[in-house]
Amino acid sequence: MGPLVPDIIGNELNFIVAFLIGIGFGFILEQAGFSTSKKLVGLFYGYDFTVLRVFFTAGITAMIGVLIMDHFHLINMDLVYINPLFLWSAIVGGVIMGIGFVIGGFCPGTSICAAAIGKIDAMYFVLGSAIGVFIFIEGYPLFEGLYLASNFGSPQIFDTLGMSQGLFAFVMVAVAVSAFYFVTKIENKVNKGEKVCVTKSKILLPIGAFALLIGLSAMFIPPHKEHIENIYEKADVETYQFQKMSVDELAARIINGDKTLQLIDVRTVDEFKEFALPNAINADYTRFLNKEWQRVFNTKGKENLIYGNDEKSAVIAALAAKDIGYGNIIILEGGLESFQEDILKFEMPSEVKDKNKFDTYRFRVEAAKALPAIIEASKPKVIVQESKRVLGGC
Amino acid sequence: MVLKMEKTKYMNPYLAGFLLGLLLLLTIFITGRGLGASGAVKSFVMSGTEVVAPAHVENSEYYQEYYETHGDNPLKSWLVFEVIGALLGAFLSGLISNRLNLTLEKSPAIKSGTRIAAAMIGGALFGFGSQLGRGCTSGAALSGMAIFSTGGILTMLSIFGGAYLFAYFFRKLWLTK
Repeated sequence: MGPLVPDIIGNELNFIVAFLIGIGFGFILEQAGFSTSKKLVGLFYGYDFTVLRVFFTAGITAMIGVLIMDHFHLINMDLVYINPLFLWSAIVGGVIMGIGFVIGGFCPGTSICAAAIGKIDAMYFVLGSAIGVFIFIEGYPLFEGLYLASNFGSPQIFDTLGMSQGLFAFVMVAVAVSAFYFVTKIENKVNKGEKVCVTKSKILLPIGAFALLIGLSAMFIPPHKEHIENIYEKADVETYQFQKMSVDELAARIINGDKTLQLIDVRTVDEFKEFALPNAINADYTRFLNKEWQRVFNTKGKENLIYGNDEKSAVIAALAAKDIGYGNIIILEGGLESFQEDILKFEMPSEVKDKNKFDTYRFRVEAAKALPAIIEASKPKVIVQESKRVLGGC
Repeated sequence: MVLKMEKTKYMNPYLAGFLLGLLLLLTIFITGRGLGASGAVKSFVMSGTEVVAPAHVENSEYYQEYYETHGDNPLKSWLVFEVIGALLGAFLSGLISNRLNLTLEKSPAIKSGTRIAAAMIGGALFGFGSQLGRGCTSGAALSGMAIFSTGGILTMLSIFGGAYLFAYFFRKLWLTK
């Protein structure tokens, strides 16, 4: 379903969304006290950890939310902008920002909010940041080497660390909750008992415990994509009964130019390019979550016939499709191997006793003659183009 | 609750964080991208330069590359609209909490000029760093963390790590003792 942009919310409307979200953003930052540099830098001198509390709570809330939405297929994380990792520019840029933070007392977002309520120092900070950006743009050829060095693509932290997404989320929640506890101790010590955060521990303890519980359960909600990718491990693969179509019926429907049948080829792209059934669409079932496949599977009045080299590969893909909620799925009995063997390369046995079989065999001989031309004529083949990620970042 | 607050009282930080987290989640769900701030500053700088020095922009590789990937008008960007909203949102918050006040906030131990210079220098460093690091506290650190981005989390650690490392040297700007 999500992200709603650009399919459900158009690019123009998205600007209005941006404006509305911005209002919420500015409002919350100001309410949290991020419009005063004294409160912001308190973090670095130990007298006020509001920034850490707000920042960490927001981070884990959104993180757990992303995890849940991903699991329930409410959002397709393949389309969401993931900040890329350029190792050296991230570190050097980050440290420069950190120095700017302790000298200037703001970061770009908070300085804008502070300027909005009349803080003159914040206005100078905004002006300064514009100058900083200008220097970067004008001096870009000088910094380009550092800016583009060590590009690792857009990895996600759980992959980098080699742990599950859920476990990482739990660790973050645990770190956050313990950080909240310790920074309150530090704060009280630095301020000699004068409390910055007045929330009583009677209230905070159950909330902290609840957060940990949520974090703990996060470990058991794998991303939907991972679930789909590992679907072949499910016991159902051996036993699940999908509606099957015989190779003879398929051959007949292809020859008759049946338009109600949509062929989904789950073999590799190379195999597909070399040979495929007429009008088939090549598919990698681990991509079935993507919107494009939603469109393919939900085409009105069509049956979706999934075929692979053998029957089992079709069952795996069909299970993935069923898991996502796609309907009208049929698999090809015996797979493409059987179609090749029993139809395309069929030769009439010298002696046929069963009369029913004889009719089938006669049909197969005819089909073997007619089909190659149809298959040849149906080129070029369809490979579904997938949407690109949203362009994001600062 | 918010409406009844006195001037100096801020929202409970955990509640504010929770709300901010939900807002960020909503943003990701609707737009497929996170929140940000420094990108808007860049848009304003770029279109400002366009007006002042069009010939220079024409010859700049950086600008031409930007136009190719982002379209012709830097101001027609998601972050610009978001930041205009943020200005209004913060203003409204200041209005209802009675915090609208034209003041130069500084430690009593330093002069106004020092605070202004520090704010400008700090801003310049932050602005520069946000371009090099591909995002600031909002766009890289917070939004990056929510989507488990290694790049975003590394930038976050570098920002806060850098600040802690250098905090001691600039303590006189903030502490009175």
